[in-house]
Amino acid sequence: MNPSLETAAHPQDLRRVVIEPLSRVEGHGKVTLLLDEAGHVEQARLHIVEFRAFEKFIQGRPYWEVPVMVQRLCGICPVSHHLAACKALDQVVGATLTPTAEKIRRLMHYGQILQSHALHFFHLSSPDLLFGFDSDAARRNIVGVAAEHPDVARQGVLLRRYGQEVIRHTAGKRIHGTGSVPGGVNKSLTVAERDELLVDAYQVIAWSRDAVRLVQRLFEQNLELYRTFASFPASTLSLVRADGALDLYHGGLRARDASGHTLFDHAGYDRYWELIAEDVKAWSYMKFPYFKTQGSETGWYRVGPLTRVTTCDFIPTPLADRERREFLAFDDGLAARSTLGFHWARMIEMLHAAEAIKDLLHDDDLLGQDLTATGGRREARGVGVLEAPRGTLIHHYRVDGDDQVVRANLIVSTTHNNQAMNVAIREVARKYLDGREITEGLLNHIEVAVRAFDPCLSCATHAVGQMPLSVQLVECDGTVVSALARG
Amino acid sequence: MSSVTRRKLRVATTSLAGCFGCHMSLLDIDERLFALLDRIEFDRSPLTDIKRCGACDIGIVEGGLCNAENVHVLREFRANCKILIAVGACAVNGGLPAQRNHLDLGQCLQEVYLTDPGVARGVIPNDPELPLPLDKVHPLHEVVKVDYFLPGCPPSGDAIWKFLTDLIDGRTPRVGANLLRYD
Ligand code: SF4
Repeated sequence: MNPSLETAAHPQDLRRVVIEPLSRVEGHGKVTLLLDEAGHVEQARLHIVEFRAFEKFIQGRPYWEVPVMVQRLCGICPVSHHLAACKALDQVVGATLTPTAEKIRRLMHYGQILQSHALHFFHLSSPDLLFGFDSDAARRNIVGVAAEHPDVARQGVLLRRYGQEVIRHTAGKRIHGTGSVPGGVNKSLTVAERDELLVDAYQVIAWSRDAVRLVQRLFEQNLELYRTFASFPASTLSLVRADGALDLYHGGLRARDASGHTLFDHAGYDRYWELIAEDVKAWSYMKFPYFKTQGSETGWYRVGPLTRVTTCDFIPTPLADRERREFLAFDDGLAARSTLGFHWARMIEMLHAAEAIKDLLHDDDLLGQDLTATGGRREARGVGVLEAPRGTLIHHYRVDGDDQVVRANLIVSTTHNNQAMNVAIREVARKYLDGREITEGLLNHIEVAVRAFDPCLSCATHAVGQMPLSVQLVECDGTVVSALARG
Repeated sequence: MSSVTRRKLRVATTSLAGCFGCHMSLLDIDERLFALLDRIEFDRSPLTDIKRCGACDIGIVEGGLCNAENVHVLREFRANCKILIAVGACAVNGGLPAQRNHLDLGQCLQEVYLTDPGVARGVIPNDPELPLPLDKVHPLHEVVKVDYFLPGCPPSGDAIWKFLTDLIDGRTPRVGANLLRYD
């Protein structure tokens, strides 16, 4: 068997198995496997098959349009792009946020973490965990969960609703709002809005804690499987606050190698390109980032909830921090190193977001009227980084003297996890599929591994690609609407 | 209770060149989802593991067409769904992804994968597993007949709810000006 499984020596002689489209993930992707006659896996790849051109078409636009344009990369985490762009453009306009603006943005962000994590766990991933990876495909979805575990499904729907309502009150609408602007925000909360959100805040904390416990129970019930499934050592990258706390909105970069040694810590993100570079592979539109000091072969790393919860020094809200310590200690620390530990860490973060929302709602700065700061300096460059639900998100813009964006670079969360997800599916292919007759249930094991990362493949496809083929799009009457030929 | 057991309508959904926001807006009907599930069942959808569209009453399509695969999936939906609905700005007129229509695709490719300063060893992705991109992003109705258009980026959960419940109850869908938006 080919040890790395990235590229088979003689692909033309092999049988192709494809999982397409990947389901219960966000965005467009597929997995291909190449097998020899005896059913041994020779190649396994996660392909990102769509392309956009966001970084290119925002060039030439006025900078203040950017926060509302770029969020349309992703309808699940639009707030992340909205805020990362604003953080970058705060630097361009030279503004230091007012307390009200910073806290409204944080509230919006925690609302987003809550709704996105709830969606991912309850609507997308819980069917695998509650019913089994190779359970009946017809039932393996949120409808099946609603039928068999109505309380779980209902809590998932209501947790997501609460996060969406926090976003609506801060951003103006639930999806693709306009609340944040370069230099601040354009609305704060009214007393009525604040009180409305407070009504359910404690219930949401309680349900979030139930969700953490649910994942813990699933680990206890399936310890052997969960401990090793799709697991592998990986370097890590995340933002941390100056005191080492988990902070999803702002901080410095912390990187560790696979054995836990620090590569850099509290590094300013405004020169991220000195730390990170990207590789391209011909078979995916998604790039492969790596730490420059480690090089492109071994310098890949993992981001997201599992990384954040296991590498921060503490979580600055009490219930989530208690759950973090329990998670780290569980099974002698093996759960915290397992790929399915992503789900546990994600629910701990959801609990943290719920607690942080409750705390913020008790802060009267949210009702303030001082919404925007007028900047003094003008900078040509701005870099905004935050921890999106799926991991570290980097936005980088250059703006000219006419207020036009002249260059944009985005490294989105899921892109950081590209190699890690490929390693995960190869682990699964090796352990569960190699030499066996391939069934739907076995193929779902591959998807379970991908889902653990909660990939956002829409976000990851902002770049464009090329094919050595040609295609024509022809209308009913034979008129060619669109044509492309290359190679 | 009525003694007539109504057949559940079969609904397929897909996201083509969209951002999933329209699917998220469908979920923004919140707990009304459970009432909806009494009346419909899902076929192919990002929410299920059904990978090909079977015979359906209603097809909901988010996103426009940016590559050959999108065109293929749209035709699969049109062939199998009695009623096809374009949901959201991207499906209705191309939406934000169509902003790339004034750019030269080849030049974009070069800039993103070859000459970008953050890229160490550039190569333009060209594997046969990757679907061919179209040089322009197109709305759905340029390729198939579309029965209904629901604008908005995204249309709100309330708008989607009103539309679907009208349709399921056999009424002509009337979303109403207060729920429609064109953002
Ligand atoms: S219409 Fe808006 S919300 Fe819907 S897919 Fe397009 S960008 Fe996303």
